Amino acid sequence: MPRLVNRHPDRISRLLLGLLPFLLVLAVYLLASAERLAANPNDKLLPGFAAFGAAIWRMAALPSERSGELLLWADTMASLARLAWGLGISAAIGLVVGIVNGVIPLARAGLSPFVAGLSLIPPMAVLPILFIVFGLGEVSKVALIVIGIAPVIVRDLQARALELPVELIVKAQTLGANTWTLILRVVLPQLLPRLLDALRLSLGGAWLFLIAAEAIAASEGLGYRIFLVRRYLAMDVILPYVAWITLLAFAIDWALRLLSRRAFPWFAASAGGGR
Amino acid sequence: MSRVTLRNVWRTYGEQVVLERLNLVVEAGEFVTIVGASGCGKTTFLRMLLGQETPSRGLLLLDGTPLAAEPGPERGIVFQRYSVFPHLTVQDNVLLALELARAPLLGRLFGRARRAAREQAAAMLDAVGLGAFATRYPAALSGGQQQRLAIAQSLVNAPRVLLLDEPFGALDPGIRADMHALIRQVWKASGVTVFMITHDLPEAFALGTRVLVFDKPRVDPQAPQAYGATITYDIPLRGRGPVAVPAELVRKLTPVAEAPAHA
Ligand SMILES: Nc1ncnc2c1ncn2[C@@H]1O[C@H](COP(=O)(O)OP(=O)(O)OP(=O)(O)O)[C@@H](O)[C@H]1O
Ligand SMILES: [Mg+2]
Repeated sequence: MPRLVNRHPDRISRLLLGLLPFLLVLAVYLLASAERLAANPNDKLLPGFAAFGAAIWRMAALPSERSGELLLWADTMASLARLAWGLGISAAIGLVVGIVNGVIPLARAGLSPFVAGLSLIPPMAVLPILFIVFGLGEVSKVALIVIGIAPVIVRDLQARALELPVELIVKAQTLGANTWTLILRVVLPQLLPRLLDALRLSLGGAWLFLIAAEAIAASEGLGYRIFLVRRYLAMDVILPYVAWITLLAFAIDWALRLLSRRAFPWFAASAGGGR
Repeated sequence: MSRVTLRNVWRTYGEQVVLERLNLVVEAGEFVTIVGASGCGKTTFLRMLLGQETPSRGLLLLDGTPLAAEPGPERGIVFQRYSVFPHLTVQDNVLLALELARAPLLGRLFGRARRAAREQAAAMLDAVGLGAFATRYPAALSGGQQQRLAIAQSLVNAPRVLLLDEPFGALDPGIRADMHALIRQVWKASGVTVFMITHDLPEAFALGTRVLVFDKPRVDPQAPQAYGATITYDIPLRGRGPVAVPAELVRKLTPVAEAPAHA
């Protein structure tokens, strides 16, 4: 019998082992739910699968009485749009400021402490300011995401730019690069896959700020819906929404990883990908 | 292809004198090899020639004019590692050199200029024996192939001076012999002035037209940092045929020559 540290699961047992915790949690939930429903058929806390099915059908396939929209999809679209804007703007800021800070010592001296300071501001604390300045519309929600994650991405990319071997920076100059073409042809392309990594890491934060902003002031959105139906203890809606958000987060992460592998095949192979 | 002159060049770090009293005239087209104990300042010397560092005192001249204090296209460099761009294929690595030199606005060539550059890059790759690997990324090359690429990339713009810091230090002996043939061939073809640091004495004597030995002529046991290294031997080899490595040097540098290559 080999030692535990030397026993590796094959593909199928790895899959089964991976599923096991999910199945366990599901089984525990179903048991608890069945027990409560047996005691009180109108129990709202742990609805059964029939209730989930009905709620999902109602949210996803039946037009809402008030607006005529299919709420789940309208909420999803609204949230994803905000998320995309927030991530996109943060990525752009992160890339520009991160590269400039990482490559140009004068810029770093001027901006780096400022960015470090900004990143210490708790984003939720400035949310009221955003609502006051930008109103309750889309801008303030996107702004919250940006304020929350852009400083992190900036600092990450700055660090990644500083990690590029100085040999490469010197070499490019001996080949005739000026500061601009050095950034354009040497630094930027090497930081793009690292930007995708940084985005993946900040996805969790982005969702957090999105849902928080939607919970406080919105008229649609996944976070808005959850906090709205909370008033009616509608666990049959909340739990599927949470699962749906989790699935979306997983899908975005997976898509970013795939994009990184496809668009930057050199990255995984070189030292940069290994670190 | 250019004459390099050093006039009383010193380099110090705070109290520590690393290099002192360097006086040297290197004619265009010479192949200068540099040997010396580890830590004696060979890399520092090369970095000054490169413009990555400035002398604390003295003058560095290229064809009579002071060297620019930052790296530039008149001086090519091959480091022991990290000399090629990991995000570009082999051919694009060489193409990049041409694009950076010719397109200061975008760093990219288009149309006919690009086609011409591609052809030039392909010819350069053939010359260093990498023609068959043009579409690979550097991560998929061996160490020797990466150094071939680095050399091709450094020479494609025809710099006046080529600097090599232990370029073959990490390669195994069989491949080194191939690399010697290659570097000798490209040096002869281009007429570039070469400075090459090596830890391998036979390599220094086999390749160079001139061997410089760096060493500390004065040592103060109370203050080891008070005196720096300088050029203690300057051995011309050109036109003398194969020269045996002087026994005295072997004795002095053997611990170094036999030490495993390091980064
Ligand atoms: N930035 C620096 N600050 C302080 N001291 C330095 C610096 N760079 C180099 N030195 C010192 O200068 C001396 C010479 O270093 P250098 O790298 O030139 O040696 P070397 O001859 O190339 O050695 P090796 O053969 O091991 O590569 C060393 O003692 C080193 O500690
Ligand atoms: Mg060195």
